[in-house]
Amino acid sequence: MKKKKLLSMHINVDDLIPENKPLTAADFEAASDEEKQYMVQMRPSTTFFKDGVKRLWKNKIAIISFFIIVVVTLTAIILPMFWPYTYDQCLGDYNYYGSRDPSFNNLKPFEYCETERQWQAEGRFVMPHIMGTDDAGRDTFIRVVFGTRISLMVGFFASLIVLVIGMTVGSISGYLGGKVDMIIMRVVDIIYSLPDTLMVILLSATLGAALEGVIKNTLLEDLGVNMISLFVVFALLYWVSMARLIRGQILSLREQEYVLAAKAAGAKSGWVIRKHLIPNCISVIIISTALQIPNAIFTESYLSFLGLGVNAPMPSLGSLASDARYAGNLVANPWPLVFPAIAIALVVLSLNLFGDGLRDAFDPKMKN
Amino acid sequence: MNSKTLFYIFKRILLALLTVWIVITITFFATRAIPGDPFAREGKALPPQALAAMQEKFGLNKPAGEQYVDYLKDIVTELDFGMSLKKDGRSVWSIITDGMEVSIQLGLMAAAVAVVFGVILGSVAALRRNKFLDKIIMVFTTAFVSMPSFIVGTILLLVFSQMLQWFPANGTTWKGLVLPVITLAMYPMAYITRLTRSSMLDVLGQDYIRTARAKGVSAPMVIFGHALKNSLIPVITYLGPMLAYIVTGSLVVEQIFAVPGIGRAFVSSITNRDYPLIMGTTIVLATLIVIMNLISDIMYKVVDPRITLE
Repeated sequence: MKKKKLLSMHINVDDLIPENKPLTAADFEAASDEEKQYMVQMRPSTTFFKDGVKRLWKNKIAIISFFIIVVVTLTAIILPMFWPYTYDQCLGDYNYYGSRDPSFNNLKPFEYCETERQWQAEGRFVMPHIMGTDDAGRDTFIRVVFGTRISLMVGFFASLIVLVIGMTVGSISGYLGGKVDMIIMRVVDIIYSLPDTLMVILLSATLGAALEGVIKNTLLEDLGVNMISLFVVFALLYWVSMARLIRGQILSLREQEYVLAAKAAGAKSGWVIRKHLIPNCISVIIISTALQIPNAIFTESYLSFLGLGVNAPMPSLGSLASDARYAGNLVANPWPLVFPAIAIALVVLSLNLFGDGLRDAFDPKMKN
Repeated sequence: MNSKTLFYIFKRILLALLTVWIVITITFFATRAIPGDPFAREGKALPPQALAAMQEKFGLNKPAGEQYVDYLKDIVTELDFGMSLKKDGRSVWSIITDGMEVSIQLGLMAAAVAVVFGVILGSVAALRRNKFLDKIIMVFTTAFVSMPSFIVGTILLLVFSQMLQWFPANGTTWKGLVLPVITLAMYPMAYITRLTRSSMLDVLGQDYIRTARAKGVSAPMVIFGHALKNSLIPVITYLGPMLAYIVTGSLVVEQIFAVPGIGRAFVSSITNRDYPLIMGTTIVLATLIVIMNLISDIMYKVVDPRITLE
């Protein structure tokens, strides 16, 4: 370390003390506009949030991704409400003549089957199959839209679970320190070193069977056993990185002066954590939660491929792509695979790019 | 290596052993949590004698604690994971060892492709920073990490083997392994490219690079002699997670391309609810991953003396 050199100061202290100068009436005059102007700040004050949003707004890729996410999410929520087809409706089943009609199956995008052409000839309006139909005569477009809804929901709730558990454990561990911290961190170390994907597969494969009896005839039954085990697995295993991250933040924040001041004023631990520590690491929390969503969507699609995903006929983007492998002739009609693949890439890509943009805007330190 | 490093390695090995033990324990209790008899065959009911024989064989009539101790002892001393339920007369270990050779071959090839191409592409991107080539590489690597491997694999299979018929659809031959290797290597390659690029950019801004340049060292020598070696350190930390990704990714890829490895056995064991096989494969693969993480962690600490030990 270099020794800091002190600057010598040549200021006459007497000049600073006004006691020798008697006050005159001029000293009490109102300040002129020019003098007031001098006191005005150079630029309007800004909050941390506003500053981050400004930086985010400059990042075109992140903004485009954000709009894609908004549009996709709104479409996924609203469109199934009024679209004439539903995700589990086999169109050929209830045709004009009351019998099963296989001509509805495996249509190409914007193709109409014979029955529908007949309807059109009769002057009835037939909603086009924008993405064609699958081998059971279900409209692929509405299945992709609905699958997007399921995938986004899974991603959102899984991240929420991770956030809540990780934040609670991480902040307690970081704030209390000492023995509690040591024990929690050893547990985190062990869970962290478990191979997560394998554990997810194992627990989904076994939990599914174990949960089946428990949730029978409850609201949770609709959701399907596999989804509940996915959430359970996320709650058991995936919170550790979040907990580590938050603990690290809290460890450095709790040494700050304002925490000492709050404690000196008699604040309790819960108050300090909630009012001082969490708000100061909120950007890190939001960013890693945002980046957790595509991760969860990936995990769900991976499980769908293994047959451990959402319950049929409910679609997710992963299950649609994976079911397409067995449905019909992919060489002749690859669309049932192509559309879900595009949808999943679009959703995950925009979530990733938006998450990266958030990180760059709100926490430049985290950029590697 | 000083005593501190040795202590770190010792601690790390202890954690690895603990992890493997926990995996075995979770596997055991997760399978036992299944209601009813996990070894019952669906469809046809077994005759009572056969059922009794099965239960005897798997030790299901003993108390849970004793079962657990037996299970642990069999695995540690004899690598005995029990018998497969669906493949008659085959032990789980023999099914695993049968698939091992192909899976290891596939995994190592994918790892090599990912590292070699990742490092090359990453260095190129860093040296051509913000130029056209860099942007192209970054766009592709961003796109590749946004697609699950099973979709990439299915599309490659559809295009190159079913439509164009360039490669066979099953991965039993040498030529058949090309597509699975590409599918498996795609994600880690993209990741390594990004990692190499950012760390290379970091290193190129260091003082010792400027010193080397000022001494008149030629540009290729600066890159290959000074910069590359140091920018590879983050890549070493990624080797463990990469191999873990390849192990779990190969489950899916082997299923798609019909590669007769462990992965395919594992996936079919899930669909068949062949619990002993699920348990055995999980334990073996998890142990593999833990060992690889261990090696990569130790390597990281040994390679770079600047890294302080906790």
